[in-house]
Amino acid sequence: MAQRQAEYAKKQLIHLRLNGRWRDDAVAENQLLVDYLREVARLTGTKIGCDTGECGACTVLADGQPVPSCLMLALRCDGRSIETIEGLAVQNRPHRLQRAFHEKLGTQCGFCTPGMIMAAEALLRRNSRPSKEEIKAALAGNICRCTGYVKIIESVHAAAESTP
Amino acid sequence: MSGLVREPSDLRHRGVPLIDGIEKVTGRARYTADLDHAGALVGRIFRSPVSHAEIKRLDVTKARELDGVFAVVTGADCPHTYGVLPVAMNEYSLARDRVRYRGEPIAAVAAVDAATAEQALDLIELEMRELPAYYSAAAARADGATLLHDDKPGNIEREVHHIFGDVAAGFEQADLVREDRISCSEVNHAQIEPHAILAEFDPQTQRLTVQSVTQVGYYLQLMLARCLDMDVSRIRVIKPFIGGGFGARVEVLNFEIIAALLARAAAGTVIMQLTREENFLTHRARPHTEVALKLGMRRNGQLTACTCEVVQRGGAYAGYGIVTILYAGALLQGIYDIPAVKFDGYRVYTNLPPCGAMRGHGSVDVRHAFECVLDRMARELGLDPFAVRRANLLDVPTRTMNQLVVNSCGLSECLDRVEHASNWRVRIGRMPPGKGLGMACSHYVSGAAKPIHWTGEPHAVVNLKLDFDGSITAFTGAADIGQGSSTMVAIAAAETLGVSLDRVRVVAGDSAITPKDNGAYSSRITFMVGNAAIDAAKNLKAILIKAAAHKLDARPDDIECIGEQFLIGKGGQASLSFAEVVKEALVGSGAIQVKGTFTCSPDAQGGKHKGGAVGSTMGFSYAAQVVEVTVDEPTGAISVDHVWTALDCGRAINPLAVEGQIQGSVWMGMGQALSEETHYLDGLPAHSNLLEYRVPTIAESPPIEVQIVEAHDPHGPFGAKEASEGALAGFPPALVNAVANAIGIDFDQLPLTPDRVMQALVERRRQVRASALKGQAS
Repeated sequence: MAQRQAEYAKKQLIHLRLNGRWRDDAVAENQLLVDYLREVARLTGTKIGCDTGECGACTVLADGQPVPSCLMLALRCDGRSIETIEGLAVQNRPHRLQRAFHEKLGTQCGFCTPGMIMAAEALLRRNSRPSKEEIKAALAGNICRCTGYVKIIESVHAAAESTP
Repeated sequence: MSGLVREPSDLRHRGVPLIDGIEKVTGRARYTADLDHAGALVGRIFRSPVSHAEIKRLDVTKARELDGVFAVVTGADCPHTYGVLPVAMNEYSLARDRVRYRGEPIAAVAAVDAATAEQALDLIELEMRELPAYYSAAAARADGATLLHDDKPGNIEREVHHIFGDVAAGFEQADLVREDRISCSEVNHAQIEPHAILAEFDPQTQRLTVQSVTQVGYYLQLMLARCLDMDVSRIRVIKPFIGGGFGARVEVLNFEIIAALLARAAAGTVIMQLTREENFLTHRARPHTEVALKLGMRRNGQLTACTCEVVQRGGAYAGYGIVTILYAGALLQGIYDIPAVKFDGYRVYTNLPPCGAMRGHGSVDVRHAFECVLDRMARELGLDPFAVRRANLLDVPTRTMNQLVVNSCGLSECLDRVEHASNWRVRIGRMPPGKGLGMACSHYVSGAAKPIHWTGEPHAVVNLKLDFDGSITAFTGAADIGQGSSTMVAIAAAETLGVSLDRVRVVAGDSAITPKDNGAYSSRITFMVGNAAIDAAKNLKAILIKAAAHKLDARPDDIECIGEQFLIGKGGQASLSFAEVVKEALVGSGAIQVKGTFTCSPDAQGGKHKGGAVGSTMGFSYAAQVVEVTVDEPTGAISVDHVWTALDCGRAINPLAVEGQIQGSVWMGMGQALSEETHYLDGLPAHSNLLEYRVPTIAESPPIEVQIVEAHDPHGPFGAKEASEGALAGFPPALVNAVANAIGIDFDQLPLTPDRVMQALVERRRQVRASALKGQAS
């Protein structure tokens, strides 16, 4: 009988701030951030669309910067602040980007939406009134297959114009 | 939630957000991969390393013996073929004796984790005898080519030959006859959610529950029963949130059957998530298509005849192929008045992943060729492209030569709107160098009037439940895949009942709860399910009015409704609230369940000629668009600067969603026109990721202005027709026509990637130089 090679990968403890709360988890050395978020923290709002950093569906904020969580090791998040779509709603009220994407139909199937909103959130934090070109530049790493992006741009504009 | 949903009075104006939108924007929406699968086994597929071969030996013993492996299945475990068309099921979920494309599933394992499952795949032993493989339709059709399927000589899956009218006489009447050969590359749906399934087999009860990414849960239920030799009543199919479909998930896909086989073999639960590369292998999208189109035209732009030969490179198995090739011919008609049409279609088997249905099924590549040739002829005759389209409009209501019924057509208004919005008359012919304008028209069905699995049942069934709490729940099998069909059902019910939209909940896509539905394909849901929802709501309303009349001691005819209030007469001597009427209606009966149905009239179900049902529909959508481009001559890059689109959707039940659908379909046409194409190296998919398969990003996507034209259809729900597919096919030809307008080069191949544009520009420079030299010499 063949022996299973899948040894339990060596785990290390990480201490990170996830959606505002510090927590400690033992993670395998090769565990990707997206898998940590989805399987360990059970935050499935962050999606996997391509496995290789091309689609942007897994975008989260690491210390405020948008990163594809499928290209980042969980281990590298030790001591850092990670924000996901689940952390955006304030006191159970939708965040302004969430409200705008909902009301302006910036979402259709919704699969790219969490990553898209996180990338847009990073933009709005550094630029409260982005131009259309700035929105396009900030979201160029996030593929949406449904909307043609027109209503995504409208949604980000609407969110920028509303109060946070 | 209530603050986010507008009152019904507002619906007609701007539309409403999706009823499941909050779940999507907050990340709470659970797609298949998000479902709780703690403890589930992980399924992985072992695929063919070659394009065409006989399987000489397959040994899975070592894989089966690996610690942590709970099941291994092969073709020996499933002797039944599957397929979407009852007449063409020639595919096994796991190959039995032969493989016909690289990546075809041969075996699968379920193990405790992904690493173990992958290790098990490496332990599978396979010996094959390779056969000649064909990667183009021409190679597969060549004399002496090995047959992929013994019963299909010439590797032709289906030939179609249709003649309507006197073609020879038509061409004789023409002042101009032109023939072009135009080809379109194979494209893929590239929906952002990768395929996934959670399959649970309970050995005690012998029941199977699957949650999968399906657009048609009913087909999945049927095929699982067939392939697993199970009674269909023991299978439950649930559709979670779906991350896009575009046709990718209409057919049952091999991994769905494989996961169910694994779950049963392991007597447990299996989760299977395909990689992006595997999504491209599980292709089922628009085939590489070659169109030879000949049109006859009078000096005034009127068409006199059309002949069209279409060759589709279908891939290794039948899939939807027969329907795709029939659509290609059928939808030559139904948009313009052409006195004579001849169609010859060939669907060819090749050693590539099978093609299937993709948004605008069958019609897109032919419409592309047609609209390009129309434009070229307009140019030759010195006519305006708009004038040529206007010279050929249908006079509705009408029945086309191939028996397609057209009851409403707003194409004329679509043309007016985009001509005006784009300021065409002022700008055409006066564009700066490198810039151009192009236009085109398109149309699509609002659901196939004759479903593939003909059973005699209604085309759609919707149930409504009204309970003591005053809530109304609509039960539908219709699959919301992001297009907003559940929202449409809620609106149809709420509008008919005159109640607030938040009073209605929609439960969709669970075979244990919702009535069977034919699913999300051919843009059928709004027309068919919408009509069924209205019918159900009317039935419920009749019950409520009767209850109100009883309570108010009046005749039902005297009851008036204003929103959720029930009154006697207009003056309202007495009135009841909705809650009071519900209370009265439930006396003696308890919770009320009503049913609504919709059936397409036999009259609309197509001609009696072979294949005549394909293309038949209760209503066509129509679209026109203008595209503005800039061509950068040094790099060959085309940028789309602006798009103006008008689509006749009969009536926009939810204008916000209609706009979103039109923008999305136009943009998907842009991807096909500019950058998207699959590519194979000896059958190996070379564009099997989202970098090399170039889906447009936000950076290169243009503003898409939408005009909604409402030519009410007499049979549509509130007059509505489809809105999600009709505009797609117009984009590629409008783009090619715009590029011709910009740089004077006609392109005969899609997509117009920078390298193809560069090559054409270089070629032209060479020709200019050559003729200059010739001029000097003489």
